[in-house]
Amino acid sequence: MDDMRLVERDVNQLHSKIEAKGVQVYYGEKQALKDVDVSILDRTVTAFIGPSGCGKSTFLRCLNRMNDTVASARVMGSIQIDGEDIYDARVDPVQLRAKVGMVFQKPNPFPKSIYDNVAYGPKIHGLATGKAELDAIVESSLRKAALWNEVKDRLDASGTGLSGGQQQRLCIARAVATSPEVLLMDEPCSALDPIATAQVEELIDELRSQFSVVIVTHSMQQAARVSQKTAFFHLGSLVEYGETGQIFTSPKDPRTEAYITGRIG
Amino acid sequence: MSVFLLLAIVAILSVAGFVLCRQRALKQAGGTARNLHSLPNYYGWFGFIMASVPAVLVLAVWMIGQPLFIERQLSGFFPAEMIEDDAARTLLFADVRRVASGLDVAVAQGALTEDEANNIRTEFGSVRDRLATVGVALGSEVTPPVLQAAQDYREMSRVGAVGRTILTFVLSIGGLILAIRATNPEFRARNRVEQVVLALLILSSTIAILTTVGIVLSMLTESLRFFTMYPAADFFFSLTWSPNFRGNSELGLLPLLWGTLYISFVSMLVAVPIGLFSAIYLAEYASNRVRSIVKPLIEVIAGIPTVVFGLFALVTVGPFLRDYFAQPLGLGNSGSSVMTAGIVIGILNIPFISSLADDIINAVPQSMRDGSLGLGATKSETIRKVVLPAALPGIMGAVLMAASRAIGETMIVTMGAGAAARLDLNPFQAMTTITVKIVSQLTGDTEFNSPETLVAFALGMSLFVITLALNILALIIVRKYREQYE
Repeated sequence: MDDMRLVERDVNQLHSKIEAKGVQVYYGEKQALKDVDVSILDRTVTAFIGPSGCGKSTFLRCLNRMNDTVASARVMGSIQIDGEDIYDARVDPVQLRAKVGMVFQKPNPFPKSIYDNVAYGPKIHGLATGKAELDAIVESSLRKAALWNEVKDRLDASGTGLSGGQQQRLCIARAVATSPEVLLMDEPCSALDPIATAQVEELIDELRSQFSVVIVTHSMQQAARVSQKTAFFHLGSLVEYGETGQIFTSPKDPRTEAYITGRIG
Repeated sequence: MSVFLLLAIVAILSVAGFVLCRQRALKQAGGTARNLHSLPNYYGWFGFIMASVPAVLVLAVWMIGQPLFIERQLSGFFPAEMIEDDAARTLLFADVRRVASGLDVAVAQGALTEDEANNIRTEFGSVRDRLATVGVALGSEVTPPVLQAAQDYREMSRVGAVGRTILTFVLSIGGLILAIRATNPEFRARNRVEQVVLALLILSSTIAILTTVGIVLSMLTESLRFFTMYPAADFFFSLTWSPNFRGNSELGLLPLLWGTLYISFVSMLVAVPIGLFSAIYLAEYASNRVRSIVKPLIEVIAGIPTVVFGLFALVTVGPFLRDYFAQPLGLGNSGSSVMTAGIVIGILNIPFISSLADDIINAVPQSMRDGSLGLGATKSETIRKVVLPAALPGIMGAVLMAASRAIGETMIVTMGAGAAARLDLNPFQAMTTITVKIVSQLTGDTEFNSPETLVAFALGMSLFVITLALNILALIIVRKYREQYE
């Protein structure tokens, strides 16, 4: 696999999906994120890279308000999705999370059957009116996650019995099943072997046709492989944001260059 | 020499062993611990163990064995008809020991000289009267064989005590010398000490198991004796419980079993929802501050003695249920009832269930919750559909353990449920349980030779089997739970 194979870089989408302005996050007294401005495009894969503790995961968790579940976290600034401020008091975070799906670092299938894992979201949100429709959603989600062929004969088996790569694709299918508009992925391949990683990366590229995908990754090769836009975070600030090809070949900021050449991080 | 003094000397020798071995090891290593195989303290501990453990073990065995040995020696002394059955034999030797210790006291107080104590004869006056002057009360006049046996008993004890002292000393000093001689820089003191620690761990775990086995065996033999006197079919299937110490008792298990299960059922009806809901609140909703206050408060309940709960049942819950529920509903006018005992046992079990369930819910990985919340589920949906199902097997285990506690509860039932064995559906009626009847069948009677007293063992065995089955079930479920999300 050619690590630096730069997939088609031309960003043909100009419509901005997420607009963040002056986002600051505090965990208690500690500031985790300083004044982040970023505009994430629709139907594009955007990668967040940066050394550990730089705030990229924190920012990702702001986008679907998962930081609300951390008692000490405070978020300031504005984040708009399709022009609507998601931190507005009128927005129900629960509804927001149905629209902005999330895949976590460690595969976390529920200890239920494969079918129930995927059907979980649609059942909660009442997306299917009958068993047949639910079956169809489960099948199409598993197909989108490239897992259908492997599990179609054992949908009743426990989701926790799958291999690590399969579990992560199950989690992607689970997130896709609620038909979100944005898919957030927090280091989705860090617990996977190279083969499973390649499968998931292929999948991300396919998902781009339907969703806006934001992926946090530690692997710069992965960012280069799957994303069209890349944002580099360092010490809680957004250092540089631009097209992936430009970030990796001619970074403007010396810190970005230092990071991608392996001198900091 | 008294045992206490002996132990004190062994302790001193052991400490000396620690110091000497440690110093010797350091000295041979030229003062630097680096040249030693083990840290200097390990050499010290090795010396300590060698000087103490064998000596103390032998001392313990000796002290258990000596009375048994003496009794066996003295048995030959009595005519066979005096010790023909166990009860008579036990009684006889109790007498012998009492007279022997009476003579000890008399000598200690100066009422008798050592020679007098050894040569005193029933022919020269009442031994009972002479012992009474020094405050030793004997139930009956001492017979010549008993007196003779008591004197022999004293003599053997005296010899035994001397032998015991010498042997302990020899072992302790011998161990000390061996340890000091073994000490050199290559000696693997650390490994030896760790072997001893391992042996200690094994011993501790074995004691718990052996005790259980011993309990089961003692219950089993007495139960079997009961079944030789009373038909097993009647015990297990008769619907009547009416013990009668003049004979013709009907000792049916079923009314008691019914009462036990009914009261436990009511208690679980109280404990499971309340315990579980409080656990869910504490684990999922409460802030750390609330949790740090509420959890200890709930656990305070677990520290209240059950007899205090019994009082609560007797003076508060019972009359309350009688006045506001049973009488208005026409269901009876008894303060002692299944409901009273059941509710109070339920309250007793709330902290047990809530504490265990709280731990189990906390053990469900946060990633499960994140996964569910990330899909747009509310907190409540997450708890109902992901957290609780994942925790359910563990919670079931906790519930079954609470159930076996409820089944085994005695004090609250005694004070709250009454003593009438009854097969009835009315929860406001007084009923009774297996545990209460075990106590009442044994109270005030120490001779286990009638079906009316021996039935207690059969009841206990039944109870043991029921709770054991529940606990095994709980263990199986808990084990399954461990495999759930890994």
